[in-house]
Amino acid sequence: MKKYFTNLNFSLGFALSFVVIAMAVISFAWTPYKPNAMNARHRLEAPSISHPLGTDQYGRDTLSRVMVGAVNSIVVGLVTVAIGLSLGVLLGLISAYYGRWADESIMRFSDLLFGFPAILTAILITSILGPSAINAMLAIGIFYIPVFARLTRAVSMTLWEREFVAAARASGASEWAITIRHILPNILSPLIIQGTIQFAVAILAEAGLSYLGLGAQPPHASWGRMLNEAQTFMDISPWMAIFPGVAIALAVLGFNLLGDGLRDTLDPKMVKVR
Amino acid sequence: MEENLLEIEDLSVHFHTPEGIGRAVDHVSLSIAKGETLGLVGESGCGKSVTSLSILGLIPSPPGRIHSGHIYFDGKDLRSMGENALRHVRGRDISMIFQEPMTSLNPVLPIGRQVAEPLMVHHRISRQAALEEAVQWLNRVKIPAPEKRLHEYPHQLSGGMRQRVMIAMAMVCRPRLLIADEPTTALDVSIQSQILSLMEGLRHETGMSLLLITHDLGVVAQMAKRVVVMYAGQVVEVAGLQDLFERPFHPYTQGLLKSIPRLGSRAAGKKERLKEIKGTVPSLLDPVSGCKFADRCPRVFDVCRERQPELEAIRDGQQARCWKTQFSERSGRYA
Repeated sequence: MKKYFTNLNFSLGFALSFVVIAMAVISFAWTPYKPNAMNARHRLEAPSISHPLGTDQYGRDTLSRVMVGAVNSIVVGLVTVAIGLSLGVLLGLISAYYGRWADESIMRFSDLLFGFPAILTAILITSILGPSAINAMLAIGIFYIPVFARLTRAVSMTLWEREFVAAARASGASEWAITIRHILPNILSPLIIQGTIQFAVAILAEAGLSYLGLGAQPPHASWGRMLNEAQTFMDISPWMAIFPGVAIALAVLGFNLLGDGLRDTLDPKMVKVR
Repeated sequence: MEENLLEIEDLSVHFHTPEGIGRAVDHVSLSIAKGETLGLVGESGCGKSVTSLSILGLIPSPPGRIHSGHIYFDGKDLRSMGENALRHVRGRDISMIFQEPMTSLNPVLPIGRQVAEPLMVHHRISRQAALEEAVQWLNRVKIPAPEKRLHEYPHQLSGGMRQRVMIAMAMVCRPRLLIADEPTTALDVSIQSQILSLMEGLRHETGMSLLLITHDLGVVAQMAKRVVVMYAGQVVEVAGLQDLFERPFHPYTQGLLKSIPRLGSRAAGKKERLKEIKGTVPSLLDPVSGCKFADRCPRVFDVCRERQPELEAIRDGQQARCWKTQFSERSGRYA
């Protein structure tokens, strides 16, 4: 564990992600105010002792909403990465194992998905399926399938050529058993690294979709949504925009650094270069 | 004659490449008796490894394909077995160890699990029981503190240790035939002899047969009773160990033996240059009409370039694929 924390990226990323996750966890038990409770007497307030991050146009406490928004962001990150990982790894393994037309069609499908500008297609999907938090996750998750499929394919293709696979075959292991017991454990660390980075990207993407009104619907608190609502009041109450914006920036930075730090520490080749 | 455990009859393995068909193994026949150690000798690319992989049905296909021939193990034709049945032979009846102990172990799995895996595959016993058995085998291949090593990863072991782990992994189901493909090539000389005597001890103890593939005649001399020499995909000579070293018949075998540096050969006063075999191995892609060794042979006849010689018996237990067999009979002398 110590070698992880000697890495600056990892330590910083871990600290930031920890703050975000802690906010989310605490929000289940306690928030300063009910996140959706309106209060007409305390509208658009600047930060104060009773409302550390100020209030919005309905008098809702921004700190409480940022905390609940963290839950939203983490759920989005988890669900999208889960969609991408499960289907992407499956397709990548198939692609690497069968090769030929299976590989060809899966990879061309990946290229096709990659070819579209991600956010535009996500907008398209959510406008077809209707704007909702779940559809936003679906739209982002679909884009993660080729990311993980390509990674899995690239890494496992070289693994199939390795001698320990031949040795496992010679000792009677089935192809399926080799995939599960020998290939998967070997691709785990690049997958974890990629997953962490995609987690950060998902938070940003969801914020973008929610900002456009295609993600979480009011009154549900989402950082992107909060930015959208703050836009109208930028002149009189910039606080409303600043804090959700800072939350997005720190969360994305945190998980990105965490991913970078993990790559530096998990990949032995990277360590040697240093 | 003892009963043969493994019998390869007229095996041909072809590799289909864009440049043409490579005949990696060309009508090879060989047999191994129960409890016997057979040395399979030849230079890189002569088809030793492909022969051994085809026994287990592990030729990468495509591009490889067993073109013809039969492989009998304990009377059963392995080639007619389905993939499933064959999988139960692998690791249980026949197992294999590879050249590179550095890469033959999975780097992310603890060695205990890897040694236990064949047991869990073939005998469907619990992981706990398999691990206990693995400890015993690690102990038998003389790995110190096996209980502790069980949870270590391959990178924590030295090359010799890893090869011991590989041997434990191959032996754990008590196979009747162990195929060792260059088991000591990647190791230091002192470790080599330890590994060889370990394998010899295990063979003696379990009564298994051993197919030892190597390019090192020194290893063969230490281990095998009988030797098969391969050249360019063909068996060129079969001989008992003593005959091989004292009366090698095929010019290729003779060349191999001359190319071994001998201790004391310079002591006689004259500096002697080590003899090499001139020329290079013919490409497996072009069909050769005559003897495949003709271009490099120091004693080539006209017929050698025209027709391919068959494997002929020279004396009891010794065969060679050379036209000399025919001529020497007529002239009444051994060449």
